[in-house]
Parts: sequence; C-alpha cells; structure tokens
Amino acid sequence: MAEPMGFFTDTTVCIGCKACEVACKQWNQLPSANGGLNTLSGDSYDNTRRLDGIHWRHVKFIEQFPESRQDGRWLLMSDVCKHCVHAGCLEVCPTGAIIRTEFDTVVIQSNACNGCRDCIGACPFGVIDINPVSNTAQKCTLCYDRLQGGLEPACSKACPTKSIQFGTIRELHTKAQARVEQLHQAGENRAYLYGADEKMLGGLNSFYLLVDKPEVYRLPPDPKLPSRNLVPGSLYALLGAIMVGLGGIFNFRNRSASQSGEPRP
Amino acid sequence: MNDAPSSTWFTTGPHWGWYIALYFFFGGLAGGSYFLAALIDLFGRREDRPLAHLGYYVAFPCVAVSGLLLTVDLGKPLRFWHMLIESNTYRPMFKYWSPMSIGSWVLLTFGLFTLASFLGALAEEDRIPWPALRKLRAPAAPGLVVELLGGISGFYVASYTGVLLGVTNRPIWSDTPLLGMLFVVSAASTSAALMILVAHRSALTLPGLADLHRMERWVVAFELLVFIAVVVSLGPVLSAWLNGWGLLLLIVVAMGMIAPLFLAWRRSPIRDVSMSTTAILVLIAGFLLRVVIVFSSERI
Repeated sequence: MAEPMGFFTDTTVCIGCKACEVACKQWNQLPSANGGLNTLSGDSYDNTRRLDGIHWRHVKFIEQFPESRQDGRWLLMSDVCKHCVHAGCLEVCPTGAIIRTEFDTVVIQSNACNGCRDCIGACPFGVIDINPVSNTAQKCTLCYDRLQGGLEPACSKACPTKSIQFGTIRELHTKAQARVEQLHQAGENRAYLYGADEKMLGGLNSFYLLVDKPEVYRLPPDPKLPSRNLVPGSLYALLGAIMVGLGGIFNFRNRSASQSGEPRP
Repeated sequence: MNDAPSSTWFTTGPHWGWYIALYFFFGGLAGGSYFLAALIDLFGRREDRPLAHLGYYVAFPCVAVSGLLLTVDLGKPLRFWHMLIESNTYRPMFKYWSPMSIGSWVLLTFGLFTLASFLGALAEEDRIPWPALRKLRAPAAPGLVVELLGGISGFYVASYTGVLLGVTNRPIWSDTPLLGMLFVVSAASTSAALMILVAHRSALTLPGLADLHRMERWVVAFELLVFIAVVVSLGPVLSAWLNGWGLLLLIVVAMGMIAPLFLAWRRSPIRDVSMSTTAILVLIAGFLLRVVIVFSSERI
C-alpha cells in the first residue's frame, strides 16, 4: 500500500478565487447545475452553497460583519470530502460501492452504487449527494485517477495561494504544525488544526487550519461514526420485541380470561 | 449553525421520502402481522388458526409491496441486486454492521417465509389444490421451522428500519437509540389493528380475537411509554419538533395511543364500532408516525 495521502487546507491564505472548484469540475467532468443557468445565492459571493453530487469542492464564504459594518472579516475555506480514516459512508454502504484505496482515501465506485443514499445521511460532514446525471452518490475521489498516474489532484494543483496542499499525511502534519506555530508567534493565537489528530474519526485525511470555532465554518464540532448507535439501537429493538413477544404469549395463553368466543370491547 | 443542538445538524439528508415512509409502514405491517400470526400458531388455540391465516395473508402482500417500494426508490432500480451480490466480484455482499445490508438479506428470506406461510394457509383452507403445502403450517415440522424463523425475521424487518435511521448522522434519527424499539412496538400495534379490522370485516368471531384485542391495548400502552422515552432521550434536539411536525406528532399520539386507550377504558356500549374505530385510528397514526419521523429530519 502506498503511503496515506491527503490535503492540508490552510484557510488563512484562501482568497476565495474558486480555482479549485473550477479545476475539480473540469477534471472530473462534472455537470453544471440548473442546466447551466446562473443561480445566485443573493446573500453572498458563495453561489455554490454546499458540497453535493456535482460540486466536489466548495469554497465557503463566512462573512462576519457587525450591524455597523465598521469592522468585519471574511473567513474563506475550500471544503471537500475529509477522506476519514474511519469513514461513516464506507461503514454503512450496503453494496460495497465505497472503497478505501491504496492511498488511504475513500472513493465511491459509480458503476457499483445503486443510489440507495444511505451514505448521504451517514456522512458526518454532509459531503455526499446524488449526481443527477448518473443517479448515483458521488463526492471527491481525491482525484484517484490522477494519483494512480502519479499526478497531484486538480484542485491543489490549481490553488494559487497554496491554501490547499497535497502530500503524504505525515508531511502535511509536519507542515501544518509548523504553520500553526508560525501564526501563534505572529499573534494569531486562534489558529488550530481541525481533524489532524486521531481523535476525530481516526484522523481526517483532509484536515484544516481554522481560526474560529468549527461551527462558524459549518463544520461539526464533534463528528461521530453512524455505528455508534448500532449496538444500543439493536438491543433496545430486541427489548421491544421481547416485550411484544411476552405480551403476545401471555395474552394468547391466557385462555381462562376469554372463553366466551366473543371479542370483548 | 452556531447554536445547532447537535453535530447531526451539519449533515445532508438522504432524500428519503414517501416511498421510504410507505415502506416503513408496510414493512412494519408485514413483520408485525407475521410475528403475531406465528405467536398465535405456536402459543394459541387450535381454533384460532383462521386468525393466524389472516396474519399470513397480510404479511406476504405487504412484503411484496415493500420490495417494490424499496426498488423504485433506488437511484438505479435495476441495480437492486447489488445489495445482495457484489457487482464487481459476484460474491455475496454482506456487512453485519450495516443495517441496510442485513436488512436486504432478511427482507429476501422473510419474503420466502411469508410466501411459504401464505401458501400453507391457503392450502389449509382448501383455497388451492395442493394439500401437500399444509405441511408449511405448524405443527408439521417444516411449518414449525418456517414459522419460527419467519417470526424472528419478521421481528427484524419490523425493527431494523428504526435502527437503520439511528445508524446515520442525521438529526433526530441518530440522536436517539430508541427508534428501532419504537418501530417494532408500533409495528405490533398497527399489525394487531389491521388483523382485528380484517377479522371484524370478515365477520370472524374467534376466541383469539379477544386475546388480540387485549394484546393491542397492552401494546398501545407500551408504545406510549416508548414514545415518551424517545422524547426524553432527544433532549435539546426536541427543538426540531417545535413546528408543524411536532403538532402532527401530537395528533399521532392523541389518535394512535391516547384515544385507543381511552376507548378501551370507557368500554363503549357499541363494541364493534369501538373496535373498528380503534383499529383505524391506530393504523392511520402508525403511518403518520413514520411520515413525521422521516420528513421532520429530512427537512432540516
């Protein structure tokens, strides 16, 4: 197996140019939305709005402006599939369409997916959705085809500010830690890494440098695996069935209570 | 997003809509009816066998409808078999940790059990000219095996859908581990209601009918307790129901749980009307319960 590969996205140097979105769409031949008609969100420069089956990269524009408009800032973040080491989508996929590759990335094989959509609800980050052209679930593949050919993913290749960096997870961790320290020394003490350590779903192979709470970036503060409910949910269901079963056995065996042959009100 | 009550608010809904809500209802009826029919066969009186037949007559068509609903809901319906066979290797596809994967297999095997019992019941009532099929009914050994395994898989079909919702990251669904329990108890109450209704319409007067009616009251009371437990377990996530869905849910509780218990407690002098009314209320509420649970999360 090749060494685990991924992205480190330094949101502090993202300028919101959306070159990553365009490169991703181009390379992966993703269709336009709404038949190509321009649909503006009307409240932001962010007209992509969310990741889905035809938007595998999404530059988030988080606009923090007070009522007075005297001060404020944009937080910009190029979002993508996190390629979790413990991936919720891969966990639940009932067809085996979602696989872990030799690069430790998570890929949906479109020819095997039957569009059951279980993975969409299982993803803790809301990354996956149906591609209306293929009618299957789709998301970022971390350019699996390019990686197999020894190329880097289209988005990081196109990024003009190195906000999106591609490499081995080991290298990226080292770079990211150094960048956090640099920012702390420069007085930006809010800088921290999101998803770099194993506590979050075993580690995210696409992790981020943020300068505000995850919720501000519309990222879950505490993402979890869907399987956390499997054992307790099954045991409670079993308990329910046992109670119903006992109720049934008790009622149907309780012959002395109803010998009249007539249903009682 | 800064004040989201749970990390589940950061996810995307799987676009499960009417087909899935209907499947949850019909799957529950199939599993619950078979489960009750098997209980009547295995533990009830011999003279109640026609009541068990009703359960088998309900279960098979409901499973058939369930399979159809699930298939048409797929993005690629012709790939329904990918749930069972891995399409790249042609090996069996089975993940014991994925409720949908196990559910697909159990639905298939349960379908075979319901077909066997359906044919067995028809043969026992001489509605089909194959007396050999009577062996598919207990106490014959093949019948015992079919009904025991069918009863267990019926329980699974009735409950796994709730567990499946829990094994996601969606609001409400994965914020409580109790939906499987709620669904299995609700499946029992709706199935008992449907069997009572059909028996009543068929003018069947069997001793087991009184037992079934008594059991339904017991199950509805238990369902109310489980529902309260679900509400408590949701905690701050309950805010997701402070809207029209919550109102509909209150109607479900009033219609499907409190009203039937009240009618039973009041002991209406018009007993037949009371029985039918109760059964219809429980059935409608059982369906609406699934509609609220599916759509209230999808809308977040």
